[in-house]
Amino acid sequence: MGMTMTQKILAAHAGLDEVKAGQLINARLDQVLGNDITTPVAINEFEKAGFTGVFDRSRINIVLDHFVPNKDIKSAQQSKQCREFASKYDIINFFDVGKMGIEHALLPEQGIVTAGDCIIGADSHTCTYGAVGAFSTGVGSTDMAAGMATGMAWFKVPAAIRFNLTGKLGPRVSGKDVILHIIGMIGVDGALYKSMEFTGPGVATLSMDDRLCICNMAIEAGAKNGIFPVDEVTLRYLTGRSRREWTVYEADPDAEYEQTFEIDLAAIEPTVSWPHLPENTHTAKESEAIAIDQVVIGSCTNGRLEDMQAAYEILKGKTIAPGVRGIIIPGTMQVYKTCLQNGWLEAFIDAGCIVSTPTCGPCLGGYMGILAEGERCISTTNRNFVGRMGHVKSEVYLASPATAAASALTGHITDPREVE
Amino acid sequence: MNAQGTVFKYPDNVDTDVIIPARYLNSQDAAELARHCMEDIDPDFVNKVKPGDIMVGGWNFGCGSSREHAPLVIKTSGTACVIAKSFARIFYRNAINIGLPILECEAAADGIEAGDEVAVDFDTGVITNLSKGETYQAQPFPPFIQDIIRAGGLMNSIRQKGGNKA
Repeated sequence: MGMTMTQKILAAHAGLDEVKAGQLINARLDQVLGNDITTPVAINEFEKAGFTGVFDRSRINIVLDHFVPNKDIKSAQQSKQCREFASKYDIINFFDVGKMGIEHALLPEQGIVTAGDCIIGADSHTCTYGAVGAFSTGVGSTDMAAGMATGMAWFKVPAAIRFNLTGKLGPRVSGKDVILHIIGMIGVDGALYKSMEFTGPGVATLSMDDRLCICNMAIEAGAKNGIFPVDEVTLRYLTGRSRREWTVYEADPDAEYEQTFEIDLAAIEPTVSWPHLPENTHTAKESEAIAIDQVVIGSCTNGRLEDMQAAYEILKGKTIAPGVRGIIIPGTMQVYKTCLQNGWLEAFIDAGCIVSTPTCGPCLGGYMGILAEGERCISTTNRNFVGRMGHVKSEVYLASPATAAASALTGHITDPREVE
Repeated sequence: MNAQGTVFKYPDNVDTDVIIPARYLNSQDAAELARHCMEDIDPDFVNKVKPGDIMVGGWNFGCGSSREHAPLVIKTSGTACVIAKSFARIFYRNAINIGLPILECEAAADGIEAGDEVAVDFDTGVITNLSKGETYQAQPFPPFIQDIIRAGGLMNSIRQKGGNKA
């Protein structure tokens, strides 16, 4: 029996000719990642275990993104601890305020993650990098500590679910709608412990930003990773960007998939996940009676340039509805600067929105847009759990940047195809 | 190794945001964090839990964020183990790595009710519901994972194997 793309990458990194689903392996890591919340816990474990060196200072990434610029004294202490560790071990990819971005927007943009890599990150959305043809998965802080020390991690080789994509997305429908639609179809544990392998002729029609968004939310279906094949779109993205040579792995023709789902991209509607699980999906049209207090456009899911462009196309020359608070957060300093150069920031401000420097802030209820009791937010983030963005009686509706921007204009959830 | 205690029962898809809300993650102090364990779905949990008590969930327990603070606050609250129908994969890894015993057992998660007195034998995976007089058999861990647990977590396991070049 042949191997899936994920299984081939894992076999190569474990030094094996072949692996099978369920097999436990030790694999070599190309990159290890942590942020300002998970890295301090990893540093404590690293030091408690008595390690005195890292496996490779060019393959460890520490990104301060969750609570920076620091929101309070305690988070400032955590950032300081990361900064001191990065300095002590001369970590090359340490990203502080001014250089940082939201980790999963930043690492692909900077060419740090590339095709064929095996990557762990102490952040659940590390699965994002499957978009460039890497095996990449979220772990905890202790795994990060062990990864920094040894350059290795243990994995159970995942079985696979295939999503065969055909057709092409309609206007104002994006990768976010695709992944919300899929999570609605298979549920929040529909891919538990498994890899989500995206294949088929529809892949070529999806931009890299769409693919990064789709893989980003694989974890929201319980998956170990999501992965796209390497094609022309990938090669164009990596060329001149990737800091290392890449390796292209392809699934064997007889690879085993536990299930195959056929997805017609042309049939996907603007989709919204209602509280309090990402699987509670409805079309934007079905959601139009829902009034909103706040709109958030940003995050590791939707803080990339195409996301900002989608928001700009809808908000330019208009004003958001009275009583709605619009919060726009470009994902990296480069995205922020490009928005500035393109005049998009001015359009956002003229529309009545605020624009923040990159931060995870509101997505996880950290700061920069916390909700009060009874308030509702439509957000391009990735989770709508109880209390995720603030009060336990507040509500988060997950949607694409286009749907969020259209809803900002009307004050209630709105299908973006219904506004100019 | 064994545990015996009173059960706190929760539904499917208990996520790490309700186990420990991110608004508290500007601290790494386990005792301080544990005061907020389960706060958003069960504000009474921290007042009622006694050392040795047992948490029972449904499918996909611990879904969401990778925060290791989640199994850590459950462990620090005094909870002896978590029984669920299934665990989200990062929570599963983290629990093993930090030494919070977890058991996958659909029959137990269905049969046990809140407030039941339950005993667990971690060596055999046998779960006994003393209140109802029922027993359930949990899935045993693979030997590879048993080795990590026996070593006292991942970092100890690596050290014992001499896995760091430094």
